[in-house]
Parts: sequence; structure tokens; C-alpha cells
Amino acid sequence: MIAIVDLGIGNLANVRKALGGIITSDSYEIERADKIVLPGVGNFGAVMKRLEPLKETILDAINEGKPFLGICLGMQLLFEWSEESEGKGLEVFKGNVVKFRGVRVPHIGWNQVFPAKECPLFEGIKSGSYFYFVHSYYVNPQDKEVIAAITDYESKGKEVVFPSAVYKDNIFGVQFHPEKSSKNGLKLLENFRRL
Amino acid sequence: MLAKRIIAALDIKEGRVVKGIKFQNIRDAGDPIELAKRYEEEGIDEIVFLDITASYEKRKILLDLVKRIAEEIYVPFTVGGGIRSVEEIREIIKSGADKVFLNTAAVDNPKLVSEAAKVVGSANLVIAIDAKWNGKFWEVYTHGGRKARGIDAIEWAKEVERLGAGEILLTSMDTDGTQQGFDIPLTKAIVEAVDIPVIASGGAGSPEHFYEAFKIGAEAALAASIFHYGKYTVRELKEYLAKKGVPIRLE
Repeated sequence: MIAIVDLGIGNLANVRKALGGIITSDSYEIERADKIVLPGVGNFGAVMKRLEPLKETILDAINEGKPFLGICLGMQLLFEWSEESEGKGLEVFKGNVVKFRGVRVPHIGWNQVFPAKECPLFEGIKSGSYFYFVHSYYVNPQDKEVIAAITDYESKGKEVVFPSAVYKDNIFGVQFHPEKSSKNGLKLLENFRRL
Repeated sequence: MLAKRIIAALDIKEGRVVKGIKFQNIRDAGDPIELAKRYEEEGIDEIVFLDITASYEKRKILLDLVKRIAEEIYVPFTVGGGIRSVEEIREIIKSGADKVFLNTAAVDNPKLVSEAAKVVGSANLVIAIDAKWNGKFWEVYTHGGRKARGIDAIEWAKEVERLGAGEILLTSMDTDGTQQGFDIPLTKAIVEAVDIPVIASGGAGSPEHFYEAFKIGAEAALAASIFHYGKYTVRELKEYLAKKGVPIRLE
């Protein structure tokens, strides 16, 4: 069973429809799940505060090797800290979250994702496929090995190449919204479901 | 590279699509979900739902519809029409819409734009501008195009950007319904006046028209009848644009 962690922000109905499982904020249910999805929109610090009561449960699950998928802010929360607000993230990965500079923010719309290494999430998805993004910050991993895919954002004559997916062992994060990315997004969610 | 977006618009009244849509193999041409799914299947990048339900009491039907769309559709969608308060905006976003758009209420009360931007974020806030050339300047119209406001659309576009709008949905009342092409001079003037993305709307009749709009810097182009009446499918349109070298999402 997949637990989709509900932090009371946004509508997760289509994530649930694509993945099955349950939408929950109950630590017991999260503990019982065999996979965890952490979707997220909003402010890094504010969401981390809401996540606080579930933090240990989620970290335990990750350490036990259960597949974990962080979506958008849910991916950023895997890192140590963010320029967006004070406070620590889940600190699963070393590195921080930084703001786009010199380009128009938010980065919003359909952009291409290019896998940087083998990653089971992207199985059957062509390199350069489009996914839907809405964000102003992106992750900056200390260990570049965790970068699973990159995306190139160009605006106002400037270009920023940023990690659009991370992956290590059982831990996955995507900056885009698979639940808004039509067929490619559904394929990616299906790949996660089948892990 | 960010793709240029193709957006389909659906007019909704009391939870149903109002304009007759001549898709083949559609069981219920009035069902917004079925039509939206069909568009998604064809490769639409985004869907705009314009609610034209007159009575406020029936707005609950809209919220129920938004929830159903959010559950069934896997592309971003925008909801607007008659929204007058931050509370309504919050409710629509909470029900699962990705963005809301404001039109008349923003002109009546520009403060609503900055308040809404604070509550739901600029990324989720679209300001719709209906404009018509009056011989001297492009004039802003509200109330579904019935009321001239004496405001210069270019100045208004700059103002809403300053107030926190994330995007401008620009409809030319001069070209709307003509199928003779988007209003290129108006669209170009607005694109050059603001930094935020501009969605061209009104007048699409052929794939060339979309190409013209993208060439002058529109980030997205919206159409209704060209798709509804099956003149061109979204896929045919996108294949044409890709061939012309426009960055476009083709699956």
C-alpha cells in the first residue's frame, strides 16, 4: 500500500487515482505503508513545520529501505536547508535548495527532462520528454551522484541548468509535477508504483 | 527549453459545457470531464474553464466540478468567471484548480489582485484582459465584453503585473469569433509591455495563426472553436508548430 502524505495543502485526488493507496496524515498509516509519496506545494519552512509530527516516521521508513517519492517541494524537503526560509529539511541528502537567479520566476510550464543516469522512475520515458513545472527554487545536491535528471531553464537571455530529479537507493525526488504531466507523468507514477 | 503552450477553453454553465461541441465518439458533449479528457488525450497543455453561471447560489456546482476535474485530469487547469473575492479564489484552488483567473473584479478592485497574489501565489493567478481598439488605444472591457472601462489595456497589463499577476490572458474583442487570426498588434504591444507570460486569445482559425502569435512572443495561445468543431485536432496543430521549429510538447 502507498501512503500519500497529506499536509492539508492542495488537492491530491489525482495522485491517489494514479497510484492507488491512501491519502493520510496519520503516522500509524504511514508506518504501515510499503511506499511513501510526499507531495508538496508552498513554503519550505511552513510545510516542514506541518511535517514535524511525521518526520521520524518518514525517516524510519526511508532508512528501512521503503521506496520514497518526493514531489516538487516534497523533493526539496529531502535536503538540509533552503534559501526560502529558516529551519532544517529532512536532511536525507546533503546540500541545499536555492532560488533561481537572473531568470523569470517562477519557472512555470512544460519543460524537458533529461536523465543523467539510470533511474527506474524514467523507464520507458524518452530523454527530453516534457513534464509540468511550477517552482521558484531548486535543489543543489552536494553529492552530484544523486542527480537523476536535469532540466534547462532559459529566460531573459539567461540559462540555468538544474537537477529536476534525484535518486539514490530507495529515495526518489522529482521537481516537476507528474500528476500534472499527462502520459509521461502517469508513466513515471506507474514506474514508482511497480517498484 | 520551456514549451509554448496550447490551451483549450471550455465555457461552463451550471456544471455543463454550453457551446455545442462536435467531437466524434463523444457520448455526452455537455460533460466537461469527458471533453477535457479528450483534449488531454490529444495533447492539450492546459485547459481553461470559464464559468458563466449567472447566480452566485449555484457556484457550489462549480466547486464540485473543479473537484471532479482535479481527480480525473492530468494536465494543469485554470478556472474563472465571475470570481469576486479572495475567499472564492482560495476555495477554487483548494478544490484542485491549478490557477484562477480574474477579470471584472480586478478592474473594479485592483487591490484584489495583490491580495489574491499573496494568498494563492502569483504562479496561480491569471488576470484576463478583454480589449478592443477604440481608434486611439486598446480599451479594457469587462462584464463579458459588455462594458467599456476607458482604461488603456497596455497600462492595465503593466499595473496587474506590478500587483502580482503571474500571467495575462489577453482576449481581443476585435478578432474574437472571426477565426481570422489572433490580434497580433495588440498581443505584441502587451508582450513588450510586461515580463510575465501572455496568453493570446481570440481569433484562432488555423495553425498559422498560432505560429504568428508565438513568433511575436506569446507564451501560450488559447482557442475554443477551432478544436471544438474538429477543424483541427490539437495534435495536428502541434505537429505543424513543431515542424516550424516552435518548441512544443509532442508525445
